[in-house]
Amino acid sequence: MAIVDDPVQAPPQPPHHRPNALLALLRNSWRQLTSMRTALILLFLLAVAAIPGSVLPQRGVNPEDVNGYFREHPDLAPVLDRIGAFEVFGSVWFSAIYLLLFTSLVGCIVPRLRDHVRALRAVPPAAPKRMDRLPQHALLTVPDADAATIAAVLRRRRWRVRVTGDEVSAEKGYLKETGNLLFHLSLIAVLVGVALGSWYGWHGNRLLVAGAENAFCNNRQQFSEAQLGPQVDAADLPRFCLTLTDFQARFLPSGQPESYNAKVDVEEFGRAVRPAEFSVNSPLRLDGANVYLLGHGYAPIIRYTDRFGQAQTTSAPFLSKDGMLTSEGIAAFPDANVDPATGDRKPDLQVAFEGLYLPTAPDAPPFTRSEHPEERNPAVWLIAYRGNLGLDAGIPGSVYELDQRQVRNGQLKQVGEGKLLRAGEKWTLDDGTTVEFLGTEPYITLSVRYDPGSTMMLASCAVLLLGLMGSLFGRRRRVWFRVLPGGATGGAPSAGGLPVDPAAGSTTGGSSLVQAGGLPRTEYPGFAAEFAELVAEVEGRRGPDDARDRDEKPEGAD
Amino acid sequence: MSALSDQLVTFAILAYLVAMISHAVEYALGNGRSARARTVAAPARELATVGAGSGAGPVDAGPSGANPAAAPGAAGAARRDPGRLAGLIGVGLTALAALLHLGALVARGVAADRMPWGNMYEYVLTVSFIGVAGWLAVLAKRPVLRHLGLFLTLVMVLLLAFAEMVLYVEITPLIPALNSYWFVIHVSTVVFSSGIFLLGFVPAVMYLMRNGYESGRRGFPYDLARRVPKAATLERLTFGLHAFAFPVFTFAVIAGAIWAEAAWGRPWGWDPKETWSFISWVIYAGYLHARATPSVKRNVAVWIAVLGFATMLMNLFGVNIFFEGLHSYGGLD
Ligand code: HEM
Repeated sequence: MAIVDDPVQAPPQPPHHRPNALLALLRNSWRQLTSMRTALILLFLLAVAAIPGSVLPQRGVNPEDVNGYFREHPDLAPVLDRIGAFEVFGSVWFSAIYLLLFTSLVGCIVPRLRDHVRALRAVPPAAPKRMDRLPQHALLTVPDADAATIAAVLRRRRWRVRVTGDEVSAEKGYLKETGNLLFHLSLIAVLVGVALGSWYGWHGNRLLVAGAENAFCNNRQQFSEAQLGPQVDAADLPRFCLTLTDFQARFLPSGQPESYNAKVDVEEFGRAVRPAEFSVNSPLRLDGANVYLLGHGYAPIIRYTDRFGQAQTTSAPFLSKDGMLTSEGIAAFPDANVDPATGDRKPDLQVAFEGLYLPTAPDAPPFTRSEHPEERNPAVWLIAYRGNLGLDAGIPGSVYELDQRQVRNGQLKQVGEGKLLRAGEKWTLDDGTTVEFLGTEPYITLSVRYDPGSTMMLASCAVLLLGLMGSLFGRRRRVWFRVLPGGATGGAPSAGGLPVDPAAGSTTGGSSLVQAGGLPRTEYPGFAAEFAELVAEVEGRRGPDDARDRDEKPEGAD
Repeated sequence: MSALSDQLVTFAILAYLVAMISHAVEYALGNGRSARARTVAAPARELATVGAGSGAGPVDAGPSGANPAAAPGAAGAARRDPGRLAGLIGVGLTALAALLHLGALVARGVAADRMPWGNMYEYVLTVSFIGVAGWLAVLAKRPVLRHLGLFLTLVMVLLLAFAEMVLYVEITPLIPALNSYWFVIHVSTVVFSSGIFLLGFVPAVMYLMRNGYESGRRGFPYDLARRVPKAATLERLTFGLHAFAFPVFTFAVIAGAIWAEAAWGRPWGWDPKETWSFISWVIYAGYLHARATPSVKRNVAVWIAVLGFATMLMNLFGVNIFFEGLHSYGGLD
């Protein structure tokens, strides 16, 4: 960065000058901040700051990985956590960089916007005295030349033209700066869209097992994980209910998934129930929320018949562990063995099963991995537990895992060895109670989201692209024409020192000499060719080839 | 079809390899020729010296670097010049290799019954094809750049061989998340812009070497740039290619966000792939900025472009291989 070296050389200031020094410092800092150089450094910092976000696990992307990192690096992880390394994109330092960058951006754009509006309203500047000093210049003989005809030629080519007496000034390519400003402004608009989304948006994830008894209604408690923007109240969530009626997944012989399709019944508040379908890549778009299909799996249906002959059935979603949908979970029966006559609960007679579900079980042991994600040979491996499940302790437990503390302190005991059950098979435990595997229900995992900033982001991205192209391919340039007085020939020495074309000597009285000059205001290799073409058209001959730059062809855009 | 595609890839690699050798021969002969030429007749000597950017002066002020008319093989000298011949053969072989390469892509696409960019192997195949097609287009417009062919073919051989040996996977259909028309739009534009960035990377590196050479540096790697076009030409070419690729890449990233919204429910989630695209985008934006900033030297700007390409490579190879994310569709375990 450039060095601001004012205070060193300044003589000691009387005290009352202090506010000025402060002001000067502020002004200097502002100038520094809004310089292109600073913008460049901040851009670079932004890129560097994003790297840890890809190297370290991020809570927003995969919270389990973060927990894993904590387990693997118990010393390092808390330190990293303190500096926000697991939430890089929300961290103070990342925010600081982009906020500075956008401050710089605003500070940079506002004056340019002002200048550009001024330039758009201003007329092209008067012709320079000596056209031959310009990068492009020519002296032409034009029959019946007058400024108005030349201006008409230029206007036809969409130049902005000013005619003053015998002079024509023209400018073109304002699109470059317009595009550039639009591009930078839409960067701000994108950021505003992001901010809107995070303030007024919300999302929640949950798992939905097929069947009417498992229907889900949109409210905060029904999500396993939910995040509401600071401006969203839980009561504001749109009211609708979903029932999963069917789920189809197709797989290749290799086990790779080919397609998914979820069928649901939707009931939006105040409207009739209607069926709908959605899948990956085509979410269910409801009023005020979108429902996305994120995953799927199987929920084995387990029936347990207790000592009193009371049967209870549960469809317990199992979480898949691999691509073949080997799935793990538990089926818990906390209300088992309650005496139906007395209603007497025996907390040490609760029952649960730890299970491993294999949609395509191998023919022979070990029954540890499924061979295909489709249910070709479904079987569930169950381990029975009896005792206190620990659900009353008030500590929220996982619905996919047994409370291991209860197992460790002996309150929950394994019953016998595990057993493999195929669909319809029954297993009788040591106390005469039975457990049956009845089949499975499919389940899906959903993300329900509302992002009010997305329209704004999309629109500003479109503007951003258009602006970017205008800016990169637009070319600002100026040309001038001056019709020399005296009409005919021989005006060479007074004609701004341009050498006279020998052909001009033979012109008849109706022709006049015209000086032309051109100035590309941005890098534009094709300008010479364009200038030559323009001159040829003004002269009334359309043969630009003789003047074409051999190296650079015009790039086509204007 | 799939086997045909694999064979065509092998042949394409061989063709690129031979093209590279031809370019290398031209390179070697070219160096010798300029030395010999100095002892021959005066006009010929001048041509050769200028064309070769001979090491005599600290700066090659000759205009020929940028001017095809005065390019190394003007008129009579050309016919007798085996170096030039080798160079032209190299270009012809590159074109042939590109055809084989295209054939391999088409065969793969037909065999898979979808666009050939469903996994990293196909992705690299497509990106490098875009690169070589762009190279041939640029070459048609500016034959003077032919000397860059050596480096381009080298890059092609390395990329394709890497794809063949490390990334190769059997054809499989797409997983459901990739089965969307936004996928086609997103990936085709990513592939296209990566191809152009790859193409822009070549003159960028050559510029850095040539720029060093022109400011009097000698020895490896600057001497390699003795016969390439003038630094200013290379720099303009670098900028042109990047300025072309950047909006396409920007569009590709936006299309990806639209697709991600439909597939995963959020347009942007800082998945490693997304993070690295963001990094690349910011770096390339930085390059365009740097080039527009008068106080930043041109070679610094070009270094930023080179860095940008490094981040693209990181995104293509590094992210698929090292990180786990939603985008990990490389097909490797
Ligand atoms: C949010 C971060 C920014 C990004 C991503 C960004 C990106 C870009 C890109 C890609 C270009 C090249 C395309 C074009 O010519 O329009 C550009 C040009 C430009 N940017 Fe930015 N910019 C950012 C911030 C800034 C800031 C803070 C300033 C002012 C200090 C600034 C001033 C300019 C100017 C003056 C140009 C035009 C250069 C020319 O004459 O071609 N930008 N910007």
